[in-house]
Amino acid sequence: MQLNTSAHDNSHELPFWRKYIFSTDHKVIGIQYSITALLFMLFGFSLMMMMRWQLAYPEQPLPFIGKFFSEDNPFLPGGVLVPEFYNSLGAMHGTIMVFLGIVPLAVGGFVNYVMPLQIGAPDMAFPKLNMASYWVYFIGGVVMLYSFILPGGAANSGWTSYPPLADVATVGQTYWLFGMIFLIFSSLLGALNTLVTVIQLRAKGMTWMRLPFFVWAQFITGFLLLLAFPALEAAGFLQLMDRLAGTSFFLPTGLVVSGEKIAASGGGSPLLWQHLFWFLAHPEVYVLILPALGIVAEIIANNTRKPLWGYKSMVYSLFFLGFMSFIVWAHHMYMTGMGNVISSFFQITTMIISVPSVIILSCLFLSLWGGSIRFNTPMLFALGFLPMFGIGGLTGLPLGLSTANIHLHDTYYVIGHFHYVVAPGTIFALFAGIYYWFPKVTGRMMHEGLGKIHFWFSMVFMNGIFMPMLIQGLAGVSRRLYDGGLTYAHAAPVLHWNKVMSYSAFALGIAQIPFIINFFWSIYAGKKASSNNPWDATTLEWTATSSPPLAHGNFEQEPEVFRGPYEYSLPGASKDFTPQNQREIV
Amino acid sequence: MSMEIPYDVTPRPDTGLSNGKLGMWLFLASEVMLFGALFSSYILLRVGAPVWPKGSEFLNIPLASLNTVILITSSITMVMAWASLVMKNVKKFKLFLSLTIFLGVLFLAIKGFEYHHKFESGFFPKTNTFLAIYFTMTGIHVLHLLGGVLVNLYFLFPGISMLKTDPGRYLGRIEVSGLYWSFVDLVWIFLFPTLYLL
Repeated sequence: MQLNTSAHDNSHELPFWRKYIFSTDHKVIGIQYSITALLFMLFGFSLMMMMRWQLAYPEQPLPFIGKFFSEDNPFLPGGVLVPEFYNSLGAMHGTIMVFLGIVPLAVGGFVNYVMPLQIGAPDMAFPKLNMASYWVYFIGGVVMLYSFILPGGAANSGWTSYPPLADVATVGQTYWLFGMIFLIFSSLLGALNTLVTVIQLRAKGMTWMRLPFFVWAQFITGFLLLLAFPALEAAGFLQLMDRLAGTSFFLPTGLVVSGEKIAASGGGSPLLWQHLFWFLAHPEVYVLILPALGIVAEIIANNTRKPLWGYKSMVYSLFFLGFMSFIVWAHHMYMTGMGNVISSFFQITTMIISVPSVIILSCLFLSLWGGSIRFNTPMLFALGFLPMFGIGGLTGLPLGLSTANIHLHDTYYVIGHFHYVVAPGTIFALFAGIYYWFPKVTGRMMHEGLGKIHFWFSMVFMNGIFMPMLIQGLAGVSRRLYDGGLTYAHAAPVLHWNKVMSYSAFALGIAQIPFIINFFWSIYAGKKASSNNPWDATTLEWTATSSPPLAHGNFEQEPEVFRGPYEYSLPGASKDFTPQNQREIV
Repeated sequence: MSMEIPYDVTPRPDTGLSNGKLGMWLFLASEVMLFGALFSSYILLRVGAPVWPKGSEFLNIPLASLNTVILITSSITMVMAWASLVMKNVKKFKLFLSLTIFLGVLFLAIKGFEYHHKFESGFFPKTNTFLAIYFTMTGIHVLHLLGGVLVNLYFLFPGISMLKTDPGRYLGRIEVSGLYWSFVDLVWIFLFPTLYLL
């Protein structure tokens, strides 16, 4: 088969805009996704810093930038956040971080760049759909950003957009819904591509149980995106009908808003939205975490110089976890009065789903046992991920019990819990992946010293933000409070934590500066990677040329696979790693 | 571009599927979840409502029955189009594909007439929850059918040049388009009794 018609020929044929902007090459699209997603994450982080200022110093003008806002600015009169704008920031911080930042980076970025290389494929199965997927995502992002300058600002009904509030909210909510429909369409195209590529384009000899764990994690993630997102799409259509055509899907009969009975016919159910939303959003949690587990598994195997402990049980756990994630959604809804029977059902499934997660995490911990660990930057982030994700997971158990949930529901405890999962959890894994695959993409290493500064300060300040949230939440402080609990007597004993969290957040922002400098500096001036395989890794992506030419065709020769993904330190081998495409042990 | 994606046209031996066909099956799985969510919403709204109108109070059952026959016939002509192409009878293929498109457009026209009649009688999505879910579900179905008609029109006119340049790929496209068409037909088979008869 003519898989590898030399890549160099192609790279000269294409004009600039086809090669770098409207490219159909999976590597370019992966880079486009990653850069766009990182920028959105920075933006979403900035929104959060404004909120944290308001929480630490309620109704005081923002420092430094506050003086640029006049007294008649609708959102920030005199630099002070108005409550409606605070709500917008909260809703958009969540939306941007989840749907425009982490998922596009973890799935769009890493899967596009790494997965085809790891399975020995020349590209994704549908290159044109791949390009469409990125550009639809881009449009969705632009719609979301544009909504900030609308009258009334961006969506302000929380990232969950619960009706009836969202049904009667300002026009920003309509843009949120349109933006989400673009993002859902984009993720559908991306997930289809991932699934077909893994099933169809594995190289000769790449059997299912020889797939790197990263590919398995992305494969299950693909199924979750494919099958869970349509529920939110349907819900989005229904809410658009409510907002634009005057229907009452989510408006109950006799609803009174601002002292007036609404004109709509009524007869709808606000709970319907919650069911549809969480039918997506619980699998979405696993969309956030599975790619992270995949990245961490690769890095741990590589830097312990040992096979992963329990590779097969990890893979089976993924399947079980993926399946179970579809029948736990209503544990987000214990407080809605669904009834004890339904609550019990979801409580039991929630306890069951923690088992496969614990199996995977335990396997990763046990993989460290007896290894001669290399403590480079990617490994530090991967090691930091393990306990942080552990805290995130364990703090979820009390929320999954319907009795404990009565106290904890909608408190800062919930915020602390899921931020432990996604911030020092998933985002650490994403950083680990960036440091790890950087030499693959650019041919240069990122700076170790700056990387370590970035890791240690991020580690300290992340905990400085999220640990106090658990404390405040246990004391009963509600989320989404404009003043951070200032007017609530029960919040008074834990109110001083607001300043600790806010300063930690600002410091975390500063701690990202070494990363940003490192990232750009290393592209041009980083230490050249010693070879195509600077980490002495076994998986296929390292057998392709580093910084592969940005055109179709990944491998000099069509790769053939002879062994499992993590054959490190084989007895009798002269080197401590035996790549998957190496026929004999030498 | 000179690079070939493997199994684009020929099936991969161990899966027995080409990329396009597998992609379409997965896409249809996603569509099942979309319509599944809409049908679930219908059930939840209906179960929660104190009274629920009979479909016949608002809807025209004879017209919808006619539409059902039209759509099932169009699925048959779609298969005939594909089968004719397999047997390399291009003339018959074009005839059956045109017939499929015509029946699709006829369905849309009748649906349009039904909608128009509803609006004339003062029945809008906002009138009550039943009409709201009726317009939403049939509307999304209509959009799907419209997409199918447009894709088949593309294959019949500008896309047909591929029949000469790359007949294997063209046949694959028609087969995948047929899968989609049958799915949209199947959705209607569920919509019709749910909304009109129950």
